[in-house]
Amino acid sequence: MKLSLGPILYFWPRDTVLDFYRRVADAPVDIVYLGEAVCSKRRALRPEDWIQIAEELEAAGKEAVLSTMTLIEAESELGVMRRISENARFTVEANDMGAINMLAGRARFVAGPNINTYNAGTLAMLAAAGARRWVLPVELDRNTLRALQAARPAGLETEVFAFGRLPLAFSARCFTARAHNLPKDECGFRCGDYADGMLLSSQEDKPFLVLNGIQTQSAETYNLVAELPEMKDLAVDVARISPQSSGTFEIINTFHAVIDGTLEPAAAPARLAPHIPYGACNGHWYGQAGMNWIREVGAEAVFSAMGGLKRG
Amino acid sequence: MELVCPAGTLPALKAAVDNGADAVYIGFRDGTNARNFPGLNFDEAEARQGIEYAHRAGRKVFLAINTYPSPAQWDKWCAAVDQAAGVGVDALILADPGLMHYCTQKHPRQRLHLSVQGSATNAEAIAFYARQFGVRRVVLPRVLSLAQVRAIIKRVNVEIEVFGFGSLCVMAEGRCTLSSYVTGESPNMSGVCSPAKAVRWEETPTGRQSRLNGVLVDSYGPGEAAGYPTLCKGRFAVQQNTNAAHDAELPHKPYYALEEPASLNVLDILPQLMEAGVVAIKVEGRQRSPAYVAQVTRALRAALDACARDPQNYKPRGDWLAALDKVAEGVTHTLGAYHRPWQ
Repeated sequence: MKLSLGPILYFWPRDTVLDFYRRVADAPVDIVYLGEAVCSKRRALRPEDWIQIAEELEAAGKEAVLSTMTLIEAESELGVMRRISENARFTVEANDMGAINMLAGRARFVAGPNINTYNAGTLAMLAAAGARRWVLPVELDRNTLRALQAARPAGLETEVFAFGRLPLAFSARCFTARAHNLPKDECGFRCGDYADGMLLSSQEDKPFLVLNGIQTQSAETYNLVAELPEMKDLAVDVARISPQSSGTFEIINTFHAVIDGTLEPAAAPARLAPHIPYGACNGHWYGQAGMNWIREVGAEAVFSAMGGLKRG
Repeated sequence: MELVCPAGTLPALKAAVDNGADAVYIGFRDGTNARNFPGLNFDEAEARQGIEYAHRAGRKVFLAINTYPSPAQWDKWCAAVDQAAGVGVDALILADPGLMHYCTQKHPRQRLHLSVQGSATNAEAIAFYARQFGVRRVVLPRVLSLAQVRAIIKRVNVEIEVFGFGSLCVMAEGRCTLSSYVTGESPNMSGVCSPAKAVRWEETPTGRQSRLNGVLVDSYGPGEAAGYPTLCKGRFAVQQNTNAAHDAELPHKPYYALEEPASLNVLDILPQLMEAGVVAIKVEGRQRSPAYVAQVTRALRAALDACARDPQNYKPRGDWLAALDKVAEGVTHTLGAYHRPWQ
């Protein structure tokens, strides 16, 4: 199984981004998704900068992919998407049907996690349009994945969002600007103050969501490290890690060690714990509320079944 | 502009037709549509009756199959498409590309509309659905400004329908999984958002609290009106900003972090929508009563007729607004994303 690094979803300073990808070049990830996927106003890096990062990562042996934005409304945003889609060199991750319209029949692409791929009919349509990889929508469970894998068109790779705060929703409204009582058009880039988004808690102080501009994320970290063996059985080709302001490289190393067989999956959660500030979740994988944490590691299930037999 | 009204029951459908809807949209009584609520929606016989009633009055009926079927649900959703085509709906409102493909193969003459759940927010996405599946009309998500709606209509050659009244989704429809994160059920998968079965009301010494699958969505002081705990309409608290100057801008108590409970109402901008080339105005609320449908349909019919007669001098009348505010969520209204400052 390959390991990928999703696009940076937060608004980090230019130098932080450049430093980050210099380290990524030496990290054990196979695929790196690049570009601004959340808000078109964030322009700390120009398209040329992203292309240059892509070239450097490619020289370091990585597959570089350019991600498009998810919510495309303005003509100017379509223009940026067109420039990305028409780049002749790097694969594009389409996060909107508009991008797929530009890419279909012209270039092989990745159907990102925000393309609603819920069944084999859609999978076949995407493959016919030129998808070479698709990413499972985050709310889908392993049984759906199993059925989709069984019906997967030849040559289509499957990727699963395996670690990070879940991207849950997109809006016209900028919630970070709203929190700061600023109009969206004069937001002052307050999202830059929050390297991992802005924590939103319930009235009893329980971390609930994270506001990241127009995007709403889970406060809990989706963590499928213990499910990597199951993903392998399901012939998943790529596991995705979503970047965060600290610990990303430790997370990559831990996932890599599990995939490599040098670290027991059961031992991995303890290593990841320091990088999970508000608790972990994995409910979606098991077909439950996404915020739930299910302890259903294969070995433990077998162990308890044996215990039951002994008692019987 | 066509007035498209919701109906969750046969009496609601009749109320829509009787009060001046040009078209009524309905769904089957199961998870195939995005208002999958207990006791709501149509079986095949009721759908036939409703279509007959509407057609006799010269009105149309659209049927929404606008959830995204999983592989396990696929056959049932295809059967629903067959059933809808069989009963003779004037248009099928679909969201899932796989299902649209099925429909074009099996029922090539069936008129297709792209549901708001299809999440087409730009001209390229709309072009995709038109080219790939021959979609004739697209319902725009409630995330676009009036200027953006105008720009889209200039660039596409399909009909554009927009939401005109009803509960407001603050998130781009079809791209929101807040509900499945908290409850395991979402509009895309199950046709519900913040489902009633996950709601718990609690009376506490400090007031009433609403929870969704255990998550505290809001709390109300004594005498404060309580709303349905839709996740995006709860009150939450934000963390401090480490920059003191910016921190001063933040609310330091729980607030409507995403959206206030309020209804969308476009009466103020009807002439602009008409001038932009919007083909139809849609009313939200298949889960609402026949009385709601009657009241909203009547007010919007009057407004649309007045606007069509004399767009220059059109002004929303106080009694229309009052009638709509009476049934609005949160008893207040907004232009939502159409009005840029809202964003």
